[in-house]
Amino acid sequence: MSVDSEAMAPPETPWQEFLRIFKKDYQALFGFWVLILLLVTAVAGKAFTEWWVLFDPEVVRLTDKFLPPFSVPSLDSLSVDRPFGGVYLMGTDELGRDVFARMFQGSFVSLSIGFVAVGISLGIGILLGGVAGFYGHVKLGFITIETLIMRFTDAMMCFPTFFLILTAVALLPPSIYTIMIIIGLFSWMGTARFVRAEFLSIREQDYVIAAKALGIPEVRIIFRHMVPNALAPVFVSATIGVASAILTESGLSFLGFGVPPPDATWGNILSDGKGFIFDAPWLFFIPGMAIFVVVLAFNLVGEGLREALNPKLRSR
Amino acid sequence: MTQSSTPLLQVTGLKKYFPVRSGLFSRVSSWVKAVDDITFHVNHGETLGLVGESGCGKTTVGRSILRLMEPTAGEVRFEGEDVLALKPRELRQARRRMQIIFQDPYSSLNPRMTIGAIVSEPLKIHKIAKGQDLQDRVNQLFVKVGLRPEHQSRYPHEFSGGQRQRVGIARALALNPKFIVCDEAVSALDVSIQAQILNLLRDLQEEFHLSYLFITHDLNVVQYLADRIAVMYLGQLAEVAPVEDLFTSPKHPYTQALLSANPVPDPTVVSQRTILSGDVPSPLHPPSGCRFHPRCPEVMDVCKTADPPLITIGLPERGHQVWCHLHS
Ligand SMILES: Nc1ncnc2c1ncn2[C@@H]1O[C@H](COP(=O)(O)OP(=O)(O)O)[C@@H](O)[C@H]1O
Ligand code: SF4
Ligand SMILES: [Mg+2]
Repeated sequence: MSVDSEAMAPPETPWQEFLRIFKKDYQALFGFWVLILLLVTAVAGKAFTEWWVLFDPEVVRLTDKFLPPFSVPSLDSLSVDRPFGGVYLMGTDELGRDVFARMFQGSFVSLSIGFVAVGISLGIGILLGGVAGFYGHVKLGFITIETLIMRFTDAMMCFPTFFLILTAVALLPPSIYTIMIIIGLFSWMGTARFVRAEFLSIREQDYVIAAKALGIPEVRIIFRHMVPNALAPVFVSATIGVASAILTESGLSFLGFGVPPPDATWGNILSDGKGFIFDAPWLFFIPGMAIFVVVLAFNLVGEGLREALNPKLRSR
Repeated sequence: MTQSSTPLLQVTGLKKYFPVRSGLFSRVSSWVKAVDDITFHVNHGETLGLVGESGCGKTTVGRSILRLMEPTAGEVRFEGEDVLALKPRELRQARRRMQIIFQDPYSSLNPRMTIGAIVSEPLKIHKIAKGQDLQDRVNQLFVKVGLRPEHQSRYPHEFSGGQRQRVGIARALALNPKFIVCDEAVSALDVSIQAQILNLLRDLQEEFHLSYLFITHDLNVVQYLADRIAVMYLGQLAEVAPVEDLFTSPKHPYTQALLSANPVPDPTVVSQRTILSGDVPSPLHPPSGCRFHPRCPEVMDVCKTADPPLITIGLPERGHQVWCHLHS
């Protein structure tokens, strides 16, 4: 029997192939480095504003109100309250707090809200969508599981999410955890729909039918053959989901329903600054820019992942 | 009946209707009669070609036999065993004896598994081999289908269509089956590759004493491989005959039309071309009487109302059957 002697390129795992495509996408790569920087900043922010307080976001210095970025502390300020490095990198706010320290602390809070909220929404979405997509045909009384889950999803989608969250937040005790959980609980619908559609189409793929024909148990078919092929696009939407969770939190904070003081988030720094747009534009501009850049970076990375992970776009 | 006279596979009165749902509560409003009462058999070591236009229900027949979809009615006996009555556990065991090869070599392999993992998975799951023995068997399978064993750690997307199809064949062979459904197994490949894969399938058939149900819309392909051919039209059989009989003296007007549309290899044979007019009707609303009557050049009044009878041509042992009013 003839042995195929066709020359082959060196082996490339799907991961290597993904890297090769992703590395050529400069926008996504830019977004990726921004996010790495953000991640480092967030962790450092947590460390240097709470554990080893180099930058104290909570010190009120009534002598140093509304100083623009790069100002030095006034002479009559208390020396213990002086900022690290002796300069207000991002100026001070109406209470004389160091905006840089507040932004630094806020980066961790904002990012963790994004990740935790998306984690919750992914968990719910993947579970409900997966069950609807795989066991959808099973009857519960007079309707199928799929009908039940998807109509519930549709009903949830009918409400404007932001107002739903606003209502829930207004009724519950305000805290950073409430915000995370509420955002997560009200944003899984897209993922559920998505995973269901993905499962429905993968279930009909020949490799899944082949697995069935080989007598491979259902649990293994789901977890070995279907889930890995359904997850790539879910990651893409999760990336973009983090951005929208950060945006939602900022929106809530801006309206005064967000994370309560003294925790600083970019949203409530922005919100505090909105009364002083003309007197101290940096209070408004700095957190605004930060949110914009981060949301943009998440979206660029999401788009890049979509391109690099989508097997349909790859050359055959 | 003795073992030798029992066919390997006997399919009787097979039907598969797909529900068409509509309205607010997804009520079943009508049925797509994709396969409507089909009876045939496949002998030990034989290849039965199943031919017909796209959409006539060939894939549905193949998958219903393997219980990859549940047929609406009918009986499937494999080595005398009632396949449709098997319980899940028995069915998993029975799957070792019947396998399937797919048309599309791109979607038939899991893109996130190495080709080695794809071929070894069934051996592991059925606990047929492990460790070094497993490795040896997988190596053997690779060599048998013409792949290099050292490529096992590579992923499907690194291979050409023909090579992927070989991986699909190795996977189907892993459990040492007796019967394989080849659903358009070469239709997606280039003509030169088609010949290689057909040769491979024939060599494997000889070596492992395999039986094939070879599904295709291309008469040239079955001619090469099949012992007998079953021609399907819109969910029903039109004609079943040994290959030579079907090509030299087709009896059903649909078979004749298919053959005349097929390029004749011998230029001295003057073919009378029968041109098929009209479109294939939908299996949702199949024509009454003979389903072929709206397109049949020989159509008679009786064809429009009465189902065509089964007529045996020549000696019954020859097994040439046709469903047509012309021959009654
Ligand atoms: N899952 C399904 N649901 C509804 N209709 C189907 C389904 N699968 C196949 N059909 C219909 O059944 C008929 C036969 O399909 P198929 O067996 O795939 O034909 P072939 O393989 O001969 O091209 C077609 O009309 C097709 O639309
Ligand atoms: S039964 Fe009538 S319509 Fe059908 S193929 Fe025969 S002659 Fe044609
Ligand atoms: Mg088909």
